[in-house]
Amino acid sequence: MGPLSAGVLQLLALVVALGLAYRPLGDYMARVYSSDRHLRVEKWIYKATGADPDTQMRWPAYVRAVLAFSLVGVLFLYLLQRVQGHLPGSLGFASIDPDQAFNTAASFVANTNWQSYYGEQAMGHVVQTGGLAVQNFVSAAVGMAVAVALVRGFARSRTGELGNFWSDLVRGTVRILLPISVLGALVLVACGAIQNFAGIHEVGQFLGGPQQWNGGAVASQEVIKELGTNGGGYFNANSAHPFENPTPFTNLFEIFLILVIPFALTRTFGRMVGSLKQGYAILGAMATIWVGFIALMWWTEFAHHGPAFQIAGGALEGKETRFGVGASSIFAVSTTLTSTGAVDSFHSSFTGLGGGITILGMQLGEIAPGGVGSGLYGMLIMAVIAVFIAGLMVGRTPEYLGKKIGTREIKLAACYILITPALVLVFTAFAMALPTPPHSMTNSGAHGFSEILYAYTSGANNNGSAFAGLNADTQWFNTTIGLAMLLGRFLPIVFVLALAGSLAQQRPVPVTAGTLRTEKPLFTGMLIGTLLIVSALTYFPALALGPLAEGLA
Amino acid sequence: MATSASGTARLLGAGLRALLVLTVICGVLYPLVVTGIAQGLLPHQANGSEISSGGRVVGSSLIGQRYDLPLKKGQDTPAPALKWFQPRPSNGLGENSVNTQYHLLLSGATNRAGDNKDLIAWVTDAKKAVVRDNSTATYQVRPSDVPADAVTSSGSGLDPDISPQYAQLQVHRIAERNHLPVARVEKLVADHTEGRQLGFMGEPRVNVLELNIALQDLAKG
Repeated sequence: MGPLSAGVLQLLALVVALGLAYRPLGDYMARVYSSDRHLRVEKWIYKATGADPDTQMRWPAYVRAVLAFSLVGVLFLYLLQRVQGHLPGSLGFASIDPDQAFNTAASFVANTNWQSYYGEQAMGHVVQTGGLAVQNFVSAAVGMAVAVALVRGFARSRTGELGNFWSDLVRGTVRILLPISVLGALVLVACGAIQNFAGIHEVGQFLGGPQQWNGGAVASQEVIKELGTNGGGYFNANSAHPFENPTPFTNLFEIFLILVIPFALTRTFGRMVGSLKQGYAILGAMATIWVGFIALMWWTEFAHHGPAFQIAGGALEGKETRFGVGASSIFAVSTTLTSTGAVDSFHSSFTGLGGGITILGMQLGEIAPGGVGSGLYGMLIMAVIAVFIAGLMVGRTPEYLGKKIGTREIKLAACYILITPALVLVFTAFAMALPTPPHSMTNSGAHGFSEILYAYTSGANNNGSAFAGLNADTQWFNTTIGLAMLLGRFLPIVFVLALAGSLAQQRPVPVTAGTLRTEKPLFTGMLIGTLLIVSALTYFPALALGPLAEGLA
Repeated sequence: MATSASGTARLLGAGLRALLVLTVICGVLYPLVVTGIAQGLLPHQANGSEISSGGRVVGSSLIGQRYDLPLKKGQDTPAPALKWFQPRPSNGLGENSVNTQYHLLLSGATNRAGDNKDLIAWVTDAKKAVVRDNSTATYQVRPSDVPADAVTSSGSGLDPDISPQYAQLQVHRIAERNHLPVARVEKLVADHTEGRQLGFMGEPRVNVLELNIALQDLAKG
């Protein structure tokens, strides 16, 4: 069997596994977010927190709670890194400098997990396990909470109530993320991922002389890193490191973990709005783009254009032998079409066009299937835009799921889709125009530009992967990428919740013969078209200067 | 104003308490429970899959290492010990750059693009070296025989594996340097070639450390 056939079989295996998980997980999540009952451990948490989980929040209250919780998260993580040098269990690592500590705190709270530090050389057990991994859980739970609030906005009428943030946060963590993580972590350990609290220690080598390792709670962090579409690696090499991702099976398992919640949330959505078909239409758009991007990636990576790859006889630079080109391509597409940013192979050493596919994947807004929660709300915003465009074409007031898309709604959706490109393009332009930032590039020419375009695309879209030749540990990059991550996460969340509030207040419009049927394949096609056109028009000039120039040279 | 300020303070307080409680659950209890189970049931894997040979630990079956001659005076990088099977290049492995207290293994890739001059030079040089080192009096390696993994660095820089093609390419050299029949070494490589998991996952590979341990046993015996 050839590598491409093996790649296709791995893709099919993933599709089957995701298909099997889709119904039970999607329905389970709908029950979790709709149930009136609290588990005993949840009651205990609410008691300790002092929050009332049964008060319904309108959108401004929901926004305030999200922002307060996230602000506290940034401050806590910042302080933890700043005092690391004085904490026990820090492996002797020094405290992190202010600019890098800000960047890392913003990064993990914004579900981005951009890393300007080297994991094995900077962060001890306390910061990794007690700080970074905690945000892996809760930032993912925040994303799901916001998505569910938007879904409630569509499902409810004549009320402004969107649910209770504290309850959504705690349930997402306790009932969804934690149980899957415990099981997943043990699967990873069984296959060879490490899980210990050993300090830095020496291990003998075949020809003498030691290798130095640091131990750590790697498997437990790895699983939530993928499941919560976070992506921040314990080690610098991320999921290419054999202790994080030891075998071809764990590689597929990690891709599965990345995709399972974002895809299944479309079922949750269908359940909660009372029409599973609406969820399938969204799922169809996500899956089509995901499969299409993988096919494109295989095409360019197996063709291995580029002088160095031609001499080598294959695009294996930055790729592990055990995964090869086929599986590495699936991982690269899955991690950039979600907000994950974990890597099992290094995107900077992909072919020119392959690198471009990873950048374009993020620039679509990470909605195919996107981050946990953020993928669903991002895709629903695009659905609103698609309905609006369709409405313009036939001259009818657009409606989606029985809600009118009026001036206020379309303004909010438009703000949502403008904010990220604005951040990406403005910051990239400044970084290129200023004298110092380009010194951080490892590669020159088009690829050097791509390193910087990639950095801000990754930051503002909350992905976290990199063309890692860029030395991002400078005050400029730490600060600006930190800001891009925070603004790229929380401004869209404000718009989404405002939209949810305004939808929830409406009375439903009855379906008539003139209503656009958003549960049909025609709409799925329209949605894909809208997405590609909006993103392509926004980013084409920048892509032409970077990956297209390199790939077509 | 006063009420909104106190409302904000109350909200931040609730956020802080929620964060602390969730930190205890996700940042303390969860990793401890997983570590407890892992150390109890799967201690070998949880501690890095170490392998021993001749009564001492010689590394991990998951982490690549180098098989070099001792560094000579005036050399920047040591020459490969051609008696042993050689791993992939690891040009991405950085020097200790952040922390000065320890000399840790820093994982990472080169991050060089396909049109990068360094990478073109590294690949070209590596290819020449592979052809030169592996050609023997009776066996000439052609440049087109050299597989891509033999001349490129991996993502982690710690790749424990090479492709079966690269292992087979080294057979004649290994046989000559260890005074073994070619057929015996060929069989050794075949025995240590792992196919795709379940027939379709990943790529076929040969673990270099395990192969060299077996080679050592063979040469001794």
